[in-house]
Amino acid sequence: MITYLEAIREAQKKALEIDPRVYLYGQDIGAFGGAFKATKGLAQTFPGRVIDSPISEDAMMGSAIGAALQGMRPVIEMQFADFSTVGFNQIVNQAATMFWRTGESCPITVRLPSGGTPGSGPFHSQNLEALYAHYPGLIILTPATVEDAYSLLLEAIALDDPVIFCEHKYLYYHLKAESLPETALPVGKARIARTGRDATVVTYSAMLHEALAAAEELAENGWEIEVIDLRSIKPLDTDTVLASVARTGRILAVGEAWPWGGVTAEVLARIATDGFNLLDAPPMRLNSKDTPVPFHPNLWGTHRPTARTIANALRDLLRL
Amino acid sequence: MLHLAEAPIRAGKASDFPETYRRAFRWMLLARVAEEKIASLFRGGRITGGVFLGKGQEAISVATGIALKEGDIFAPLIRDQAGRLAFGESLLDFTLTYLGARSGPMRGRDGNVHRGRPREGLLPMISHLGAMVSVVNGMLLAHRFQGKKGTVGAASLGDGATSTGAFHESINQAAVEKLPLILVVTNNQYAYSTPNERQFACSDLVDKALGYGVNGHTVDGTDLESCLQIIGGAVQLAREGNGPQLIVASNLRLAGHGEHDDSHYISSHFKELPLGRDCIEVAQNHLLGKGWADASALEVWTRECAVQVDEAVAHALREPAPDPAQEEWCALSHRHLAEGNSAKF
Repeated sequence: MITYLEAIREAQKKALEIDPRVYLYGQDIGAFGGAFKATKGLAQTFPGRVIDSPISEDAMMGSAIGAALQGMRPVIEMQFADFSTVGFNQIVNQAATMFWRTGESCPITVRLPSGGTPGSGPFHSQNLEALYAHYPGLIILTPATVEDAYSLLLEAIALDDPVIFCEHKYLYYHLKAESLPETALPVGKARIARTGRDATVVTYSAMLHEALAAAEELAENGWEIEVIDLRSIKPLDTDTVLASVARTGRILAVGEAWPWGGVTAEVLARIATDGFNLLDAPPMRLNSKDTPVPFHPNLWGTHRPTARTIANALRDLLRL
Repeated sequence: MLHLAEAPIRAGKASDFPETYRRAFRWMLLARVAEEKIASLFRGGRITGGVFLGKGQEAISVATGIALKEGDIFAPLIRDQAGRLAFGESLLDFTLTYLGARSGPMRGRDGNVHRGRPREGLLPMISHLGAMVSVVNGMLLAHRFQGKKGTVGAASLGDGATSTGAFHESINQAAVEKLPLILVVTNNQYAYSTPNERQFACSDLVDKALGYGVNGHTVDGTDLESCLQIIGGAVQLAREGNGPQLIVASNLRLAGHGEHDDSHYISSHFKELPLGRDCIEVAQNHLLGKGWADASALEVWTRECAVQVDEAVAHALREPAPDPAQEEWCALSHRHLAEGNSAKF
């Protein structure tokens, strides 16, 4: 068995093995192996290529941009997605604009340990995919499975454009698979995680597992819910979503991030503009509450969508 | 006529100092003439966007550019026309970008001072200037990974950029990694309209070097000879493996922040101080006083600069503007991953 976190470590190990241009840079990632041990043992196996950085997200990103321009393939570990806002300027104004301005590609992978876990609180729980997706010039990946954590990270490192890799901390240890995949869907393709005919749930990252549990709950009453795992937020695979809604006529978009202007809003905007005539019911969405992420598990469990709230939303959508 | 822009001049041996000085002076002159031409086009309504002049800053700028070699990195600021030329940027890149030509390095996508050619070691600045320093760090780190030895990277900042978080993070990063970074801070007394006393509270910006564990140097930014010696020396130190070098030059901005700015806020007392001198006048007098050039040579050089600038402007004016219908509206190098192909916007 291999966990989601181990898959991320294995992907980095493989990237370091197969591509001499790859190096890892981040806080405490060297001999210590990272705050979550995502780089455990890698500094020893690849001397000089797994480098501890000062607590300087701006300079971490800036140096990655310079190294990428000189032919390297930096992989930056932000200790928490929340801390990446210190490097925000470099990511959105420098890395994301480089190809457009100069014609030079800027191949950087930025790993963002994202999302809530019990007790993590306002500054170790954020989901920032929509923030980065807003800017042109970035690719945003949100793996929900062990297989995708591995294959999407390898693909991210191989891409010539800057990639924001949103890995979910809640899945690090919980999620396990038998083995690493040999083949995978490419970046930009959504996956139908469960087929159904009555309604479509579009989701990504840790919410996939809540949505699948909700679909299972409704299946007990004979409802067949289709669940789509977006895998990639940008580009967003609108075609797969539209095709599903064409079959089911109903859509619920679920995200753990905040509601305003986020991924769920984008999905529903596309369905409303491109697939309005496919709908048998008003589109719905479910997100976290519009407050900072709370510390206490009682509050946190209510702040974010769960299988129970998703199942309730689905009952509304199905007019039960 | 001279083809200065096509044949970058690099710093020579100590015995060639008068020749180095003459070459540096001619880059300064070319920069001044070129910028005055663009400013006049701006006043005539021929330039879209801002125009930012290096007037008064040519000595420090050229000394930086001339100390760099092929394979080095240069991240200029908005007043580095002289340094860009000395580093090897063509005058055409300057005129094509200011005039928004499709054939320029930025193709109308970015303008004026935001031009560069990363592949040739010349970085295109983003407006958040402090952010450029760590990019230079990264290029130098890449050189280390790739086994390239003896290269250095220079980043130009003003007094204002030293207040940014990016400055702190990047100089510290360079110090931790012992990178061959040359950080040239030109304190021209004002960041846009903000005077030094509202920008920092230390007595001299060079004192920051101690806090970061890097070498610090100060130089009179109005004196070309000192600039060539101090920056040349600092670059040599970095090249020989002595880690980052912070240089703080003092001068006065002899123009507005941009040509839109009448700079009425610049205190007149600065203009009477030595730091308020025009570095080109100082250098000119130095050339004449030392007998390194005579008045007729200065006249010939000035005329040659004017011809070169006129040609570069005329060329750029003939170039077509960008065409929105021909534009590739795609911010990714992987076109198939770009948004907008499948969805209606």
